[in-house]
Amino acid sequence: MAVTRGNVPADNFAIDLGSLEHSLRQPRSLFSYVMSFLTGAATIAAMVPLFSVLYLLIERGIAGLNWAAFTDLPPAAMTEGGGFGNAIVGTLVIVAIATVISVPLGTLGAIYIADFGADSKIAAAVQFAAKVLTGLPSILAGVFAFATVVVVTGGFSAPAGGAALALLMLPTIMLTAEEAIKRVPSRMREAAIGMGATPTQVVTKVILPTAFPGILTGIMLALARAAGETAPLLFTSLFSEFWMSRTQPLFFPKTVSDLMKPTASLAVLIYNFSGSPFENQIAMAWSAALILVTLVLVLNFIGHSISKRYANH
Amino acid sequence: MSAAIVSTSGNVNQGDTLIDCNISELHYGKFKAVRDVAVKIGRGTITAFIGPSGCGKSTALRCLNRMNDLVRGFRLKGHVIFRGQDIYADKIDPVAVRRHIGMVFQQPNPFAMSIFRNVAFGLRLNGYKGEMENRVEEALRSAALWDEVKDKLKSSGLSLSGGQQQRLCIARAIATEPAVLLMDEPCSALDPIATHRIEELMHELKKKYTIAIVTHNLQQAKRVADMTAFLYVDTSQGGRTGYMVEYAPTAQIFENPKEQYTKDYLSGEFS
Repeated sequence: MAVTRGNVPADNFAIDLGSLEHSLRQPRSLFSYVMSFLTGAATIAAMVPLFSVLYLLIERGIAGLNWAAFTDLPPAAMTEGGGFGNAIVGTLVIVAIATVISVPLGTLGAIYIADFGADSKIAAAVQFAAKVLTGLPSILAGVFAFATVVVVTGGFSAPAGGAALALLMLPTIMLTAEEAIKRVPSRMREAAIGMGATPTQVVTKVILPTAFPGILTGIMLALARAAGETAPLLFTSLFSEFWMSRTQPLFFPKTVSDLMKPTASLAVLIYNFSGSPFENQIAMAWSAALILVTLVLVLNFIGHSISKRYANH
Repeated sequence: MSAAIVSTSGNVNQGDTLIDCNISELHYGKFKAVRDVAVKIGRGTITAFIGPSGCGKSTALRCLNRMNDLVRGFRLKGHVIFRGQDIYADKIDPVAVRRHIGMVFQQPNPFAMSIFRNVAFGLRLNGYKGEMENRVEEALRSAALWDEVKDKLKSSGLSLSGGQQQRLCIARAIATEPAVLLMDEPCSALDPIATHRIEELMHELKKKYTIAIVTHNLQQAKRVADMTAFLYVDTSQGGRTGYMVEYAPTAQIFENPKEQYTKDYLSGEFS
C-alpha cells in the first residue's frame, strides 16, 4: 500500500478492502478459529472421563437399588438381599459432626485473617498453614484423629471420624471464606463504620451477610470432598454391621453411647465391599457409590438454592 | 463560643457553633498530610471544603467523625469540639461519635440488602424498637426518593441507578437523625441531573441538619454552601501538606477573596 500523508484528504487513503473480511486466509482469523476449536476439543476431552464414570456408576448402581437398600443392614458374605441403611445414617451423622466443628472454626478464622487480624503475623501464619493443609494426604487426617480422639476416648466412634473430616474441611472453608470476605467492597465496610457500627456489627450485619453465598460455596465444596473420603474413616469410625441406635426414627443416634462406637459409612462400605469376592456385596458397593454421589449432589443443590434465594433478598 | 455567620442568600444566620475544628497537624505515620485547618461550623449551615486534589480536604472532613481512625498511623494534633466536647478526648468512643455525625461517601455505597433494610440499618444499630416503617418512609421522603422506590422497598439497594443509590445513602444516613451530615464529594460519581437533585436536597436538609461537604466542583460550592474553606497544597518543605488558605462566607470567597492563592485558584490560574 502506497500511502502518502499530508496533502491527501483522509478519504483517499487506499485500504485493501479484502483485509476487512472474515477469511481463513487471514492469519488472525485462522489463529482465532484454531484456538476456538482447541478449547472446545479440550472441554470434550475433559468431559469424557467424567461422564463415563458417571454413566458406569448409574448403570451398575441402579440395578441393586430397591427399598431394602435404604432400610436393611449390610449383607453378610454369601447371602442375598440386604442394604446399607446404617451406612447412609452413619455418613450423614459423621459429616454433620465434621460440619459442626469445621464451619464455625473456619468462618471465624477467616474473619480474623481477612478482617480483624489482616496484615498480622498470626494471620499470615494461619493462612500459610491452611494452604499447606489443603494438600494434606487425607490418611494423615485420620491418623491425627486416631491419636487425638480414638486413643483418648478409648475407641472408634462417629465423632472421631467427624474430627478427621473436619480437619480436611477446615482449610477449604477457611480459605474460600477469606476470599469471600475480602471480596466484600471496602466501601460497604466504610459505610457501616460511618453509620456508627462497632467492628462486631460491621462483621455480623454487613460483611457476613454479603459474603454468605461465597462462604456457603466453600462449605459445600468441603462437604462434597469430605463425604467421599475413606482413608480417614478407616482409622476413626471404622465400620459397623449394625444401626447406630436400635430405635426409630431412622435409627439416628440418640444417646452419647450410640455415638461412641464404631460407625458405618458409605465410603468405608464401598471400600470393603468393592474388594469382596461375592457378587451381592460388589453390587451393593456400586449402589452405595451411586447413593453417595447423589447425596453430595443433593447437598450441593440445596446449598446453591439457599445462596440463590439469599442473594435475591 | 458563637460566631455570626453570614449566609449567601443575604439573611444573616445567627447560628451558634456546632463544631469547632482546629487541626494544627495531622500525620499519617511520618507523612504530614494536613496542617492549620481551623473552621467553625454553625448549626444549620452548609460548609464547603474546596481545593485541588491532594490538598487534604477529604482528610479534614473525615476528622470530623473520626473516620481517619481507621487509617494506620493516623495522629492528630488539635481538637474537634462538638457540642462542647472534644471528640478526640481519650474517654470518647469513636463509634458513638459516628452515630451523631453521619457520612455520605464519594461512591454510592448501599449495602447488598433491600432498600428498606438499608434505611433501617442505622435504626437497628441503635436498637430502635418503634415503628420502623414510618421512620424509613420519612427518611426516604426527606431524601426525595420515596416516590421512586415506595413500590419496591424489598428489592436490592444495588438495583437502583447511581443517583438513586446516592439518595438512598443519604436516606440511610439521616434515618437516625444525626446532628451533622458529612458529604465527601457526594456528586462526583453522578450525572448533572442527579447532581442537581442532590443539591436541591441539601437545601432542604439544611433546615434540619448541619452539613459539611467536600467538593471538586466550585460551582457546586457556590450554589449550596454558606461558608467555604479553601485548602491548598504546600510543597515547600518537600512533602505535600495540605493547609487552609482562607475560610469565609461563600460569597466573599468567590467575589472578593482575601488571599492571592484563592483568587488564582478560583479564576483558573492554576493548571
